[in-house]
Amino acid sequence: MSVATPAVLENEADAAASVSAVAPKGILRTIVTSKRGASALVYLVLIFLACELAGVLTSGGPNVQNLLAVNQGPSIHHLLGTDELGRDLLTRILYGGRSSLVGIAEALGALLIISIPLGVIAGYVGGLTDRIITRGADLVMSIPVIIILLAVLAIFGHSMTTAMIAFGVLGSAGVTRVVRSAALAARSEAFIDAAKVIGVRRTDIIFRHVLPQCRGVIVVQAALFAAIALGVQTGLTFLSLGPAPPAPTWGGMVADAVSQFYVAPWQLVPSGVVIALTVIAFGVLGDVVRDAIADSHSAGVAGGRHRVRRRPDSPRAGAAPEGALLAATGLSVAVGADSAQTFLIKEVSLHVGFGEALGIVGESGSGKSITMKAIAGLLPAGVAVTEGAVWFEGTELTTGGADAYRSVRGRGVSIVTQEPMRALDPSYRVGRLLADLVRSLDGCTRAQARECAIELLGRVQILDPEDVAQRYPHEISGGMAQRVAIAMALAGKPRLLIADEPTTALDVTVQAEILDLLRRLQQDTGMALILVSHDLGVVSEICDRVCVMYAGEVVEVAQASELFDQPMHPYTRALMSANPGSWQGGQLSTIPGMVPSPQDWPVGCHFAPRCGYATDACVREPIILRQVTATDQARCVRAEVLSAELSRTPTEVRQ
Amino acid sequence: MRGGRRDRVPGFWLMRIVGFRAITAIPLILLVSFIIFALESLVPGNPAETILGQNATPQNVAALDRQLGLNKPLLVGFWNWLDGVLHGHLGTSVISGESVGTLLSARLPVTLSLVVLSVIVSAIVGTALGLASARRGGWVGRLLDVVSLTGLALPSFWVGTMLVAVFAVKIRIFPATGYEAFGQSPTGWIVHLILPVAALSLLGVASVAKQSRDAILSALEADYIAMLRGNGMSEREIMFKHVLRNAAMPIVTVLGVVAIGTLGGTVFVESVFVLPGLGSLATQSTVDHDLPVILGIGLYFTIIVVVINLLVDITYGLLNPRAKTT
Amino acid sequence: MSEPLLSVEGLVVDYQLPRGQLRRALDDVSFNVLAGQTVGLVGESGSGKSTIARAIVGLAPITAGTVTLGGGAAAAPRQSVQMVFQDPYSSLDPTKTIGYSVAEPLRVHHGRELGAQEVRARTEQMLESVGIQASAAKLYPAQFSGGQRQRIAIARALIVKPKLVICDEALSALDLSVQAQIINLLVQLRETHGISYLFISHDLSVVEMLCDEVVVLYRGRIAETGPARAVSNRPRHPYTRGLVAAVPEIDPVARAASRATRERLRKPVAPAPPLEDSCQYRHRCVFATEQCEQSRPALRLTDGPTLVACHRYEEVARDLDEKAESEIPAMTPQS
Repeated sequence: MSVATPAVLENEADAAASVSAVAPKGILRTIVTSKRGASALVYLVLIFLACELAGVLTSGGPNVQNLLAVNQGPSIHHLLGTDELGRDLLTRILYGGRSSLVGIAEALGALLIISIPLGVIAGYVGGLTDRIITRGADLVMSIPVIIILLAVLAIFGHSMTTAMIAFGVLGSAGVTRVVRSAALAARSEAFIDAAKVIGVRRTDIIFRHVLPQCRGVIVVQAALFAAIALGVQTGLTFLSLGPAPPAPTWGGMVADAVSQFYVAPWQLVPSGVVIALTVIAFGVLGDVVRDAIADSHSAGVAGGRHRVRRRPDSPRAGAAPEGALLAATGLSVAVGADSAQTFLIKEVSLHVGFGEALGIVGESGSGKSITMKAIAGLLPAGVAVTEGAVWFEGTELTTGGADAYRSVRGRGVSIVTQEPMRALDPSYRVGRLLADLVRSLDGCTRAQARECAIELLGRVQILDPEDVAQRYPHEISGGMAQRVAIAMALAGKPRLLIADEPTTALDVTVQAEILDLLRRLQQDTGMALILVSHDLGVVSEICDRVCVMYAGEVVEVAQASELFDQPMHPYTRALMSANPGSWQGGQLSTIPGMVPSPQDWPVGCHFAPRCGYATDACVREPIILRQVTATDQARCVRAEVLSAELSRTPTEVRQ
Repeated sequence: MRGGRRDRVPGFWLMRIVGFRAITAIPLILLVSFIIFALESLVPGNPAETILGQNATPQNVAALDRQLGLNKPLLVGFWNWLDGVLHGHLGTSVISGESVGTLLSARLPVTLSLVVLSVIVSAIVGTALGLASARRGGWVGRLLDVVSLTGLALPSFWVGTMLVAVFAVKIRIFPATGYEAFGQSPTGWIVHLILPVAALSLLGVASVAKQSRDAILSALEADYIAMLRGNGMSEREIMFKHVLRNAAMPIVTVLGVVAIGTLGGTVFVESVFVLPGLGSLATQSTVDHDLPVILGIGLYFTIIVVVINLLVDITYGLLNPRAKTT
Repeated sequence: MSEPLLSVEGLVVDYQLPRGQLRRALDDVSFNVLAGQTVGLVGESGSGKSTIARAIVGLAPITAGTVTLGGGAAAAPRQSVQMVFQDPYSSLDPTKTIGYSVAEPLRVHHGRELGAQEVRARTEQMLESVGIQASAAKLYPAQFSGGQRQRIAIARALIVKPKLVICDEALSALDLSVQAQIINLLVQLRETHGISYLFISHDLSVVEMLCDEVVVLYRGRIAETGPARAVSNRPRHPYTRGLVAAVPEIDPVARAASRATRERLRKPVAPAPPLEDSCQYRHRCVFATEQCEQSRPALRLTDGPTLVACHRYEEVARDLDEKAESEIPAMTPQS
């Protein structure tokens, strides 16, 4: 009976956040194609048909007594046994189900007739209309529903129909709010703006574009409400507030069974089970649709419950490369169970020296972020390192379990994430957040930690650290938040800072400030830096060496100056000439096609299908990353030939 | 938008929340009682006679008529009742003639004990289960699935009956029915409430467990957790200071819903365990068509809902810095 | 080139905030788009560049000023101005096939005169012309990549033969290699269909490449405007200078120059004061004086072909350009 709700409903936003996601597949198909959904639906259809056809399926009515066969257990004559008057329990369940199912239908009807239009109008129209409807819904949601139902039953002589309609009316408030949130979320989608720009009429926008986005949440809410309505209907009949005896009801049968409990405990089972199964079926329907919405919303790496395991025969990649602060050797990361493993990165080897700045560049799908997460030991659940090793100052981290990472985090390796506004815990003031981290690393006193936090804020060039320390994350700008995040990464005086796209979410001018800050910090402290970015320009601002990734592989590693002057890999070169900044007039060079997704990686060179220089040798077998010059490596069999050829035609890539 | 001068007064947000809830309580109480009056006016013929049925005595009919003004226009009757409420008179029972105020006050502690204990159990057991299954997954997760499925599927009155059968009749460790006031005997009080609370809180435990697992899992995925972990904060501190703290908001939300649902559930559970609370009185009054009593219980329940919402709002304010500044 | 295709005059847009407050998103903005011309709108987030687009197509409320369509566009404004949005993932209705979405403008504007057959034929033809197979019309958006979706969105915008297409950050969600494909498509369509673009972007290099004219916005006001090349090669407004110097450079010499400029323009971050009758950039400007505090600079002609809203642009130019010339050769990348 969870119909009343507090004023702020976080879940509601969740429920509606992912409008429409099930849409293309269709809700019915979503249900039918899942095992749970299909069984729930089949059960509900069967129970509905059985109740409707009760007269045909059973002989005699629900009230036929047989005093010679009272309180019997299941038998061939009475499949579910009999009650204290010798009435057949199966017959009574089927007849009793009618009133339950009719009750649910009445409640649902009232609920949907009210909540869909009100919710869609409130969410789509907004403004005063929205405020009035929402406030009204809030008010109705605080009504103690059960008392109104009892009053209805008291006034209208135990009329279950009136009670169930009243239940639907009162329940509609909560559903109205959920539908409203869905409509509101739909309204902010660009395709609604697009429809307006095109000139689609308002009613058409509502019916063709907004309403379809709300279908999913409406089905979810309706299913959950049906489950609750059944609980209420059986509860009221249990209290004999519904149809007068001997009319069969599921709740009434439970009550009858209670009175016979000492004599025939079995009688509690049939009615209990049928109520429970029906409630579960409705609940499962709702869950299946909701999960489908949530899944397609967060359709990233769906590792789920499978545990990815390191390959037992995987080479531990020998010893730590010498002279490197951090090195990854032959690192592969995969998602999915053993049988259906998909690699996200394959045999990535890279290293960064003491005090060096390494840039990692690639488009989306290149695996650069996964590489960083693997190195920092922060892979999401269901994704794991399957081969290779990560070495930090001579210690291997991937096989050492959580402890290996714990010992290097903060003091050895620290990180800065991509989205500054999400990088700081919203519940704490900035100063407290930093001080806690300092204390966790140093074990110093509170006062010392506070002082240290202020000092860190000063080091990231925040003008008034005392003031910023007092603010909550939502009270500072994105650029400021990224400075605070960098301060957090500096708290343990790390020897290596890994920054994953630290400026992508920021404006160009702020980006320049953050890059300047990172460069200065790196020079002042002598820490090493790994900077991940999709932007060659950003990397060139800071980095000594650059590593280019494509489709899960490192394709080129070179000194920054040489890479930008004379790229060896065709992909690097193509990427550079696709940059509008290097445009010299005429058509902009492009790379045909798109980055393949991990399951479509070719056997040979991953770039071969899009490369104008590919030959048979490129597609036959995997290409290895090899030393081409004294300092630089490339994963291309034709690197030498091409660099010579390409240096003559600097801006064109053969199609 | 930050910065209204009033927002800097410490505790101003608290006054604002309390004020808001106090103001919304008035239309809510009016709405609930008015709905009941409006329903009465829909009854054709002589409402009092029709409502009370054939077995009613003329005195009963007269009492109902007098108290609710059923033969007068709707608003006049409503105003008369309201006037009484404002002067502290909730009317008298049509059946027993007792004062509704006295009747309800005697029964309120039973229902409150039941609701408060059930919410506490839901909060503690539910969050613990949710936390365990979020951290461990595996069999704890499956156990949670089973618990929440049964909790959601089995009606509390059925579970109550089974509990009585097993623990009161078969094993005989708890009394099947009845109640003892806390003032009389604290042990008696708790012993009598264990089974009803178990039956009543099953749904709450299931809902809280599910919600808290989801909330903890999504908090664990947050960027700020990766930032703290990657920069060297200890796992213990991350879990208790940051994950649970941020998962608390949705848990509190569902607890508010659970508390209100539990209040409604007392109607069924008090009848099963024959507890002398407001819920069982509501059932009896429905059977008797004793509307003044139902109206009084409606009033009490509404006030309890308002208090629950207020507590939820205050907790939000404490947990969420934005609630204070905006 | 007599009458401009689009003329924006003194445009003011106020957004309603909760508790009755107003936020001025655009403050007295004027510019023209001539037929066949591509005009770029540049600025940081919150500068009002998207608000201009939304005001032109009626998605944002116009508080004051006018938006006038001319040159044949006035007859059927809804059809003459179409828009391509930033996020290719949310600009197509996920519950509709792409054939439906692309055909929708056609049905709205010509549904009566064209039969279903004709609508389908034109839709397929349009899809082909943006590089999507006609047979894909019955698929849903979820089955396409970001770049493909942006092609579909462009097809939808072009199917009713608009005079002006507004691209609101239409490239910024795309990867570099895909972005280059879409840029070429936009250029090619501009030539074959003779359309004008209003091109909104935060990326100066894209704007410089695609646009004839550029309008630089800061906090809802125009800071500088003129031919795209002139603005990015010789910026006059301190904000535009900062913006140009903030673009990451691969070339070491250009990088050193940018860094030197940034260094000179650097000022501790202060909260933005109310706009009022003063320069909107004064709190971030190292050259700000009393005058910038007390009066709002009007757009005026510079020594070049651009217009700039800065009281002190002559002194700024003297200061920055002279120093830059004397210092760059001595700069080392490390400083």
